[in-house]
Amino acid sequence: MELIINNRKETVEGDNLTLAELIKVKNYTFKMLVTKINGTLVKKNDRETAIVKNGDNVVVLHMVSGG
Amino acid sequence: MTFEEIRKILSTKTVGIAGCGGLGSNCAVALARSGVGKLIVADFDIIQESNLNRQYYYNDQIGQQKCHTLSDNIYFVNDQVKVVAHQIKLGPDDIVRIYKDCDVLIEAFDLAEMKQMIIETVLSEMPDMPLICGMGMAGFGNNNSIRMEEYDNLYICGDFETEIAVDVPPMAPRVGIVANMQANQAVELIIKKHLKDGINNK
Repeated sequence: MELIINNRKETVEGDNLTLAELIKVKNYTFKMLVTKINGTLVKKNDRETAIVKNGDNVVVLHMVSGG
Repeated sequence: MTFEEIRKILSTKTVGIAGCGGLGSNCAVALARSGVGKLIVADFDIIQESNLNRQYYYNDQIGQQKCHTLSDNIYFVNDQVKVVAHQIKLGPDDIVRIYKDCDVLIEAFDLAEMKQMIIETVLSEMPDMPLICGMGMAGFGNNNSIRMEEYDNLYICGDFETEIAVDVPPMAPRVGIVANMQANQAVELIIKKHLKDGINNK
């Protein structure tokens, strides 16, 4: 399916993945993430049930310590 | 625009800054020099000697509370700025209460879990509030890796990957770049919104 991930167009194998599955497929390994689908915040516990469909705009931000 | 025109607009605006460490102290001073009218700052911590490699404090201020000392230092830079300082370890409820009336909010924490907490709080409780975060600035060098990306009302400045570690310490140059990048973005958002609102009101 075609997605926009972090403002970039990407093609991902599969259709209707959960956000947790997408994170696994994309190999995002940081422990601390902030995730959004189509502008709406998806909290950690909801990533197993939130569905990513063709055409969705997904944001997966890695929280990086330091400041 | 002349600096006077810019300063006149900024003087009527409020910027919130969550954290008064390397990002917060340097960002606050840049905004104060630019003429932002009111800064709301918060931090629970005290100044330690190890902070002086990047934070806007002085040797004789070691042991003092960061938020109140930052307020003092801003006064010496620009005594026209009103600073409201909260000595507090911020949680979600505090963030909404303290920063709800700001024009722009700056995330200036050091820990990843605090960054996550403020981003999730603002996205869910204050979705119209522009939030400018710092993400990845440890070590030295590699200027071209530092950039900004935007996701609706959320702006992220940094290299997006360099975590602090014993052998990758936070240092003044890169922390200062990101802090000033955050201040730069705050100024741009405020001025652009002001000009847009002015056109809409005519």
